[in-house]
Amino acid sequence: MTAALTRGSAAPPGRSRPGRSRRWIGLLVLVALTVAACAASIAVGTRSLGLGEVWRALLDSGLTTEEAVIVRQLRVPRTALGLLVGAALGVSGALMQGHTRNPLGDPGLLGVTAGASLAVVLAISLLGIAGPSGYVWFAFLGALGGTVLVYAIGSAGRGGATPVTLALAGAALSALLYGLVRTVLVSDQQTLDSFRFWVVGAVAGRGADIAWQVGPFIAVGMLLAAANAPALNLLGLGEDVARGLGQRIWLARAVGLAAITLLAGAATAACGPIAFVGLVVPHAVRAVTGPDHRWLVPCSALAGAVLLLTADVVGRVVVRPGELQVGIVLALIGAPFFIALVRRRKTAGL
Amino acid sequence: MSAPVLDPAPPAPAGTVRRSGAVVRVGPVSGLVRRRQLAVPLAAAAVLVLLSAISMGRGDFPISVPDVLRTLVGLGVGAQEFILFELRAPRVVVGALVGLALGVSGALFQTFARNPLASPDTLGITMGASVGAVGAIVLSSGGAFGGALAGIGIPLAALAGALVTGILLFLLTWRSGIDGYRLVLVGIAFWSMATALVDWLLTNAEIYDAASAYVWITGSLNARTWDHALPLAVALAVLVPLSLAASRVLAVLQVGDDTARGLGVRLPAAQAAVVLLAVACVAFAVSAAGPITFVALVVPQIAVRLAGGSRPPLLASGLLGAVLVVGADLVTRTALPEALPVGILTAVLGAPYLLWLLVRGRRQFT
Repeated sequence: MTAALTRGSAAPPGRSRPGRSRRWIGLLVLVALTVAACAASIAVGTRSLGLGEVWRALLDSGLTTEEAVIVRQLRVPRTALGLLVGAALGVSGALMQGHTRNPLGDPGLLGVTAGASLAVVLAISLLGIAGPSGYVWFAFLGALGGTVLVYAIGSAGRGGATPVTLALAGAALSALLYGLVRTVLVSDQQTLDSFRFWVVGAVAGRGADIAWQVGPFIAVGMLLAAANAPALNLLGLGEDVARGLGQRIWLARAVGLAAITLLAGAATAACGPIAFVGLVVPHAVRAVTGPDHRWLVPCSALAGAVLLLTADVVGRVVVRPGELQVGIVLALIGAPFFIALVRRRKTAGL
Repeated sequence: MSAPVLDPAPPAPAGTVRRSGAVVRVGPVSGLVRRRQLAVPLAAAAVLVLLSAISMGRGDFPISVPDVLRTLVGLGVGAQEFILFELRAPRVVVGALVGLALGVSGALFQTFARNPLASPDTLGITMGASVGAVGAIVLSSGGAFGGALAGIGIPLAALAGALVTGILLFLLTWRSGIDGYRLVLVGIAFWSMATALVDWLLTNAEIYDAASAYVWITGSLNARTWDHALPLAVALAVLVPLSLAASRVLAVLQVGDDTARGLGVRLPAAQAAVVLLAVACVAFAVSAAGPITFVALVVPQIAVRLAGGSRPPLLASGLLGAVLVVGADLVTRTALPEALPVGILTAVLGAPYLLWLLVRGRRQFT
């Protein structure tokens, strides 16, 4: 299934010195890019601020100039949210592709997006909830529910949860849930009117409270992901080998899926569905780090954050004075780069 | 087309009958024909005929199934002939053809990419069609580009969208041959771009346009006439036999590129043929009825679980796709209070069935 292309960086971890140094360089570059993206995200916008002004506003909390207020109340929360969500999506994508061993694996495949979408549609249509901050908990609960269902069905068959049954259960259940979403939307124009703005995915218009609401879940998810990374390396050798090496398969799967659910669920709850980051970031990162999840997971976090923040900044600039939603910018600008990357170098197989 | 390694063996069982199938020998060619691989397409075809007859019989002027069948073979009376051939048949025929095309295309993609999740949906081709159609619906009022797009009509805009996406996908994946893995990765990028464009068009549209565009995206068979059915029928009359012929090559591609080359398959030509056939099938289907969700993705998986074997069977996938679309359409027209687009029902009916197969699951397709 995973027609792996054999290549240099797919070599086992730590065997070749150049590979290791390349990873360290990659990590450092990513850290630098993250800092730069944060700075740009705070400075650039409808009203551009100098880095000096930004710095002063950040240091002196007593400053009440207009610039300081913009920085502290609009730009910083938005940047923090972008950072959190980007990192969460990158990591959950890396875990998802590792667990399903499928290059098409994105967290949405686990029912996250479909469950969240159904919950949000029902919240709008039945309860009259309006605005992103009203959707958060519905989306999060929907995402949790979707994942639990997918995992329950995917592991119910003989042989438990294998990559293939998980992926197929996710695809089928997502189709079912989207069918229900569409049943509502086709006949309810008002709900469609609200839903179409949620479904593009955006970090704009979310206050600091949303970052605080989803932050703890993302933090726990990150810890679980870090714990899961070594186990994923073993699972990548095949379940039988992993079992023979002393890995408890069900535990590794459960921890991984819990991490994916928390990360992707929280991200979707905060910003709406942003599929691109989880799908593409791990592929791009794998080209540098190779398939070792101990490197892939943290690097995917950084790369996801960089990508999301950069796309957000670009979205503020391209159609001034309006803004383009980050989900749209990501796909329209990120996808061509990704194609170029895929064509230029052989991507590492899963 | 590259030279097929084996000629398709005729289904006449002429060898020792075993428990799971029969060995067929014709001259120098021999192969194993599994009973289930014959039974599933035959059963699907029978169910398709039955469902179509029921579907054509239902409506404000009910016609019994025997009457429908009698009319279809040319023994009917005037009023029934008019109702069937002019009013009801086009819808059912479009549904069946679209299901057939989507099933075949999904099976081709999944086999070629060796990935059960690869389908024209996940690779962005149906989304590309949606960009064309939604653009035609939403932009019809403004701008030279929008006007031009609207002028060619929704079906052609969708056809163009799907073909452009599919051919770009093909060209950008091509590097002295197509690697299934690269196809999937480039497909992800196309899916993302097309989805973003559709979302963007929807958020910028008037809500009325957005609502009708949304119905199109879901896939609907409402108000389909022979004008929709004919181009599709002509296209499939060429594409489906070619796809079936290519299935022998697919079987060889399945064992790996190097082995296939060693067995005498001209690899680049075979790969190009398979991918372009799959793209063409789905493009015509989408242009006729919209991207009826779920059929191309999951019907091949249902087919492989019913028929057995190591990869989705093409013909069975196509016929089961047709059964699903015609059956879903029958349910929307008769069992539900308001006529929902058929694309909703294909998922709501088909997904639980696949889930049940998974839970029961004896065998795994990897």
